[in-house]
Amino acid sequence: MNKLELQKMAVEVRKGILEGVHSAKAGHPGGSLSAADIFTYLYFEEMNVDPKNPSDPNRDRFVLSKGHTAPGLYAALANRGFFPVEDLLTLRHTGSYLQGHPDMKNIPGVDMSSGSLGQGLSAACGMALGAKLSKQDFRVYALCGDGEIQEGQIWEAAMFAGFRKLDNLCVIVDNNNLQIDGRIDEVCSPYPIDKKFESFNFHAINIDGNDFDQIKAAFDEAKATKGMPTVIIAHTVKGKGVSFMENNVGWHGKAPNDEEFAIAMEDIRKAGEALCQK
Amino acid sequence: MSEVKKVATREGYGSALIALGKEHENLIVLDADLAAATKTGVFQKAFPERHINCGIAEANMAGIAAGLSTLGYVPFISSFAMFAAGRAFEQIRNSIGYPHLNVKIGASHAGISVGEDGASHQCNEDIALMRTIPGMVVINPSDVIEAEAAVKAVYEYEGPVYLRFGRLAVPVINDRPDYKFEMGKGVELRDGKDCTIIATGLCVCGALEAAERLAADGIDAQVINIHTIKPLDNELVIAAAKKTGRIFTVEEHSIIGGLGAAVIECLSENCPTKVTRIGINDVYGESGPAQELLHKYKLDADGIYERVAAEMKER
Repeated sequence: MNKLELQKMAVEVRKGILEGVHSAKAGHPGGSLSAADIFTYLYFEEMNVDPKNPSDPNRDRFVLSKGHTAPGLYAALANRGFFPVEDLLTLRHTGSYLQGHPDMKNIPGVDMSSGSLGQGLSAACGMALGAKLSKQDFRVYALCGDGEIQEGQIWEAAMFAGFRKLDNLCVIVDNNNLQIDGRIDEVCSPYPIDKKFESFNFHAINIDGNDFDQIKAAFDEAKATKGMPTVIIAHTVKGKGVSFMENNVGWHGKAPNDEEFAIAMEDIRKAGEALCQK
Repeated sequence: MSEVKKVATREGYGSALIALGKEHENLIVLDADLAAATKTGVFQKAFPERHINCGIAEANMAGIAAGLSTLGYVPFISSFAMFAAGRAFEQIRNSIGYPHLNVKIGASHAGISVGEDGASHQCNEDIALMRTIPGMVVINPSDVIEAEAAVKAVYEYEGPVYLRFGRLAVPVINDRPDYKFEMGKGVELRDGKDCTIIATGLCVCGALEAAERLAADGIDAQVINIHTIKPLDNELVIAAAKKTGRIFTVEEHSIIGGLGAAVIECLSENCPTKVTRIGINDVYGESGPAQELLHKYKLDADGIYERVAAEMKER
């Protein structure tokens, strides 16, 4: 996909996030929206995946370590054809396969169950190690939250990945600077994130995580980096694309009511319209 | 009495892994800097490329195993019971149990028979913790033969399994040609009509010896070895309750949440029967030689005999 196509797809992904969370009357729109461009790039450009064969052993793997932003992952998977887009409206409903956090047993395209913060990166390391052991050339991607990296297990995994030179692993940190209780640098600062990963023998790249040119350049650089894993620190805006949600921690884990939903969808619609005139 | 052969169950873990490793390319062993103690070191020597030392990071090890299993590997993760079931409980629950991944947890140094290291390392809570995870199988072998057979059996089973091993060398009691390990099936080792002693792990041997002494006192005790605590062999437990009407459970584990609790849960719903739980009575252990601790905490043959004899007299 070219940049404009990716931008248009990201509009669809953002619509899916809002529709799902609104229908569920619960969920995490802020961090789903901040990472919407990354989800879009991964599933529509970067990763080798086939919705018709979601368990292809040679596919690239994705682990959503910040599992609470499942609405973003589901919206990307649905638009990519892994399951019907209409099903996004069943998010978090009793009996729906679209659980509040990713459930690999029941959701086509989900490579790992996650939700308890700090655990996904270890599973991604296991996948990357397994690929090395069996000499398969698929790549493994893991998306972490910037608050999530306060978890100690993240650094156990980072030490392992750096030590084992897992260059088939690419970690993305969605650095939107907000966690439930406030700014990450006021709650318990993980900064400097790049230097921390570098000292664990990672190649670190800082980008604007809501800019497709920079996202593409970073993933290309990650693929070209040999002998060490890469971390992309994606500087993003929490709630990106919805005027009243942007940089507002109150929208970390809250669903919009009907009125707010209408305004949010109008924001997204306008962004889409502007792209069509390009 | 002739010399009794004694071997720790963890030895059976190591030897079974080697046997399985020769046959199955997809078997992979992970350890957390305890390879010599958990006995995965022997596997490391035989298959260095399939032994992954994760360093002292049990939570990460559990997650690595989860990721490996999604690719078709069968990982066995190894540490002390305290750090596997304890430290990594939530990783086992969420990254392995919830997606029902095919990861086996080989936990050695369970119970107070860890000995000199003391309470911080004596895990008397692991069976309780692991038993509450939906879909988790929990196995506690009684000797090295059963341990080796159990490891081989769980490789063939698809799904998460917790295997509990001990540090202490314990008598070999299953050395017979017709020995067969069947996951989920208890084993009647001694027939009896007055009461039933249901034991697990290293306490099975003590229970057998206690039963012989009880026989001399005129108490005919049935002895059952429960190596699989979950799923529990309800049928055998209920049949025993119906037959003798008086149950004793023996385990090197807290009386809360372990074998005794599982038996009570089964019987109170199906065949209400008086059950006495012999185990660690909601206390921490302490440092000391393993045999002395087992004696002090009344989990050896003497302790089991005394408790059963005393309670049977009260009838």
